[in-house]
Amino acid sequence: MKDHHEPTDRPADAGPADSGRRAFMGVAAGVAGAVVAPGVVLHSVAAAPRSEAVTGDVRWGLLIDTAKCADGCSACVEACDRENGLNLQNKPEGASQEHWDDQKAVWIRKVKLQDNQTGRVTNLPMMCQHCENPPCVDVCPTGASFKRADGIVMVDRHTCIGCRYCMMACPYKARSFIHKVMEDQLTRVPRGKGCVESCNLCVHRRDFGEESTACVDACREAGHEAIVFGDLKDPESAIRKQLAETASRQIREDLSLNTGVRYSGI
Amino acid sequence: MAKAAVRAGLVAVGLAWVLVTQVVLAADAKTYVLEGSKAAALESCVEPTDVMRRKHMELIKHQRDATVHGGIRSSKHSLAGCVECHIRTDADQVPTPIHQKDEFCGACHAFAAVNLNCFDCHASVPKGPGAELASHAAFQAAGVDRSIQARPDGEDH
Ligand code: SF4
Ligand code: SF4
Repeated sequence: MKDHHEPTDRPADAGPADSGRRAFMGVAAGVAGAVVAPGVVLHSVAAAPRSEAVTGDVRWGLLIDTAKCADGCSACVEACDRENGLNLQNKPEGASQEHWDDQKAVWIRKVKLQDNQTGRVTNLPMMCQHCENPPCVDVCPTGASFKRADGIVMVDRHTCIGCRYCMMACPYKARSFIHKVMEDQLTRVPRGKGCVESCNLCVHRRDFGEESTACVDACREAGHEAIVFGDLKDPESAIRKQLAETASRQIREDLSLNTGVRYSGI
Repeated sequence: MAKAAVRAGLVAVGLAWVLVTQVVLAADAKTYVLEGSKAAALESCVEPTDVMRRKHMELIKHQRDATVHGGIRSSKHSLAGCVECHIRTDADQVPTPIHQKDEFCGACHAFAAVNLNCFDCHASVPKGPGAELASHAAFQAAGVDRSIQARPDGEDH
């Protein structure tokens, strides 16, 4: 993994402040976790909203253990839909179900792979891979498709013109286009007609200091624990430790995109 | 001499007219803050009223870039704050979308003949988990005492 932000080139004062904040967030989450039953964790911890711009000191990512991802389970997909208000979309009148399934916004899909020689079947969730070198950003004519300093690739809907060039460029079919006027948006997830969108690693949760993503929580609640979320640059994070222990791969690693989403067991 | 007097007279009439329209406009604009919204009980918005009238679009536009690109969510200039403070509810306590033509944003933009498309994407009523966090800074700045409460995930689902 390429990492240009080793501690040596970090400003001297960044370390302590950062670790202080992390420790604080840990405490806050611990307190909230303590008041509810085991396995049920509060998301809306009253952590402070972010007041300073994100930096490259962190890079958010996911590690997915395909061996734990269950056939027929769609807990992560449903959780993503609820978190981002995608469950509030309605099939346009007169459209066929097939057309709608093809065109509605989807940020995360279950994919089933079969090795035709051995017959081995693998299930995995597929979302934006949060490439370090994202083709969707390269091709965008307006700069709307961009990578945040903390590694999250997303669309600035204020400047997106809906050309859909990025949808063609993405090797993972990760992006969706909103065709119709929207009425039922959530406050934390603005979305509307004429813009492209994709998984943003629950960016609102990041900015309000919450611990994980909707899909990670749902997978754990369904008893599978197939997805780990965390900071790829923090040697102490759960995701880094697991990456160091288990063999993992990038999908289409031949494209050298250095994805932030990694898969083990494929 | 006579010409100058006429000119001065015209200028005076012009000035008076400008003044009168300003006053009329101000009186008109006052009516846009709606009875029943939280804002109605407040002295002023997150900035002095005349600043808000002239500059709210610039404040929001600056904030949107800081939020989308920098992830900053603690600003008092958040659109979520506008919505939550200026919204009013109907007889059944259901919030009325703020861009509708009789509501705070909708009515004034209709008067000013400005096409308002914030709400093509943004929620026009506070909705979903965490909505109150998004408007917290604005409430603090405007001096509304409102405590945030954590709610269990899924309550809104
Ligand atoms: S997976 Fe697709 S949408 Fe996501 S960063 Fe890579 S190219 Fe862009
Ligand atoms: S659809 Fe929007 S984000 Fe995608 S390339 Fe076009 S302008 Fe950029």
